[in-house]
Amino acid sequence: MTIEIKGLTKHYKEIVVVDQLSLCIEKGEFFALLGQNAAGKTTTIKMLCGLLPPTDGDAILDGESIVYHQVAAKKKINISPQETAVAPNLTVLENLLFMGQIYGCSKIEAKKRANAQMNLFGLTPRQSSKAKTLSGGYMRRLSVAMAMMSNPKILFLDEPTLGMDVRARRDLWKILSQLKGEVTIVLTTHYLEEVEMLADRVGIMHRGKMRALGTIQQLMHETKKHSLEEVFLELTEEDSL
Amino acid sequence: MKASVFAIRNHKEIVRDPVTLIFGMGLPVLIMALFSVMQKNMQFGLFEISNLAPGVIVFSFSFLTLFSGMLLGKDKSSSFLMRIFASPMSAGDYILGYVLPLLPIALLQIIFCLLTALFLGLSFNISVLLMVGVLIVISLLYIGFGLLFGTIFTDKQVGGIFAIFVNLSTWLSGTWFEPEMIGGTFQSIAQLLPFVHAVNAARAALSGAYLDVCLPLSIVIGYTVFIFIIATLLFKRKMRGLY
Repeated sequence: MTIEIKGLTKHYKEIVVVDQLSLCIEKGEFFALLGQNAAGKTTTIKMLCGLLPPTDGDAILDGESIVYHQVAAKKKINISPQETAVAPNLTVLENLLFMGQIYGCSKIEAKKRANAQMNLFGLTPRQSSKAKTLSGGYMRRLSVAMAMMSNPKILFLDEPTLGMDVRARRDLWKILSQLKGEVTIVLTTHYLEEVEMLADRVGIMHRGKMRALGTIQQLMHETKKHSLEEVFLELTEEDSL
Repeated sequence: MKASVFAIRNHKEIVRDPVTLIFGMGLPVLIMALFSVMQKNMQFGLFEISNLAPGVIVFSFSFLTLFSGMLLGKDKSSSFLMRIFASPMSAGDYILGYVLPLLPIALLQIIFCLLTALFLGLSFNISVLLMVGVLIVISLLYIGFGLLFGTIFTDKQVGGIFAIFVNLSTWLSGTWFEPEMIGGTFQSIAQLLPFVHAVNAARAALSGAYLDVCLPLSIVIGYTVFIFIIATLLFKRKMRGLY
């Protein structure tokens, strides 16, 4: 088990954003976390990444508690945030080296990893370009490649293809599918096609609670629906709770 | 190690923006040259180079506030800071990483302005070197303000805040005229804030009145420590997602 979430909860005063979330994600699994806006997906990811303290509960990431051993847990994970979080005036290579080095790599090791990531993400021809000159698609690739520089055991991808055109999105899917099995990936997205293409298992959140968990086939069978979209709409109906 | 890696990244981000060099280095030099020409046509000594140079150098540090505030603000709005917060870096690493790259820029501003001042008639002696040391300490105050603004505001807001800050800090610093010339509330406010003390400390160092450096510099250091404590506490709260 790479991720074990136990009763994870987040309150903002009276408002419950994530409510007693519990689930396990296996090593190497590609897990998609779905939900409408404000369902609690990003808050869940922020808590798992140590960016928000949980109000209650805990999560064990590759053996490390996010509450009691946050620094150790942070060494095991990485995140590609919703926005393309890159250093605009640094080149592609410099962005990658920077990420490797803040996770403790030597310059030589960081260079080796950067070359590997640039090959995987098709960034080698643009290695000397400043990040701010990249197209949206390439910037997203760089953002995910930066997250991979620490060789994370768990990778959180928060809407990685948001705003990308169809071709750029499919190119990134192809790259992400190559990571399957090697890294445990938790993906949040609004694109259900992306989930069908990549995810081993899906969790659907609604108003902070986990409404359904399983493979796409299982969810379709349980809800007697014929597509993931129908399943999603059924489970996130406003009066479905 | 992590702080130095982060500092190198921040240094590159700042110096690769040509506007930085134009405003941070060029504008103070231009102002010093213009006011010196003005002084030549004046009957009284308001902008003597020995009086003007320390004030203009302190004025140039307000751009350090802009650079640090904008960088931090941009990192926040682009989620770059979120990516960094998810790493095992500590709050101390972040603060050092934002402060260290601005010190060489401050030194460059001092050197550029001093070379201009020497060209315009300032005589070189040991006091000039002492003033450099005093100015480096003063630069930390302005970097601290930038960190504070960048932590609280977005990069777009920092631009507006800077416009107010640069005016207030300069008018109340005694760079262009002594606050006593206006007196009253204006003078009282100027005395309460650190800017006039920063300029007074630099002027005292340059004039060789070393004992007169102590009090104003102590006030500047006190303010700097206070600003850094506030900025660090707010930054830590930000890291924990508390606001």
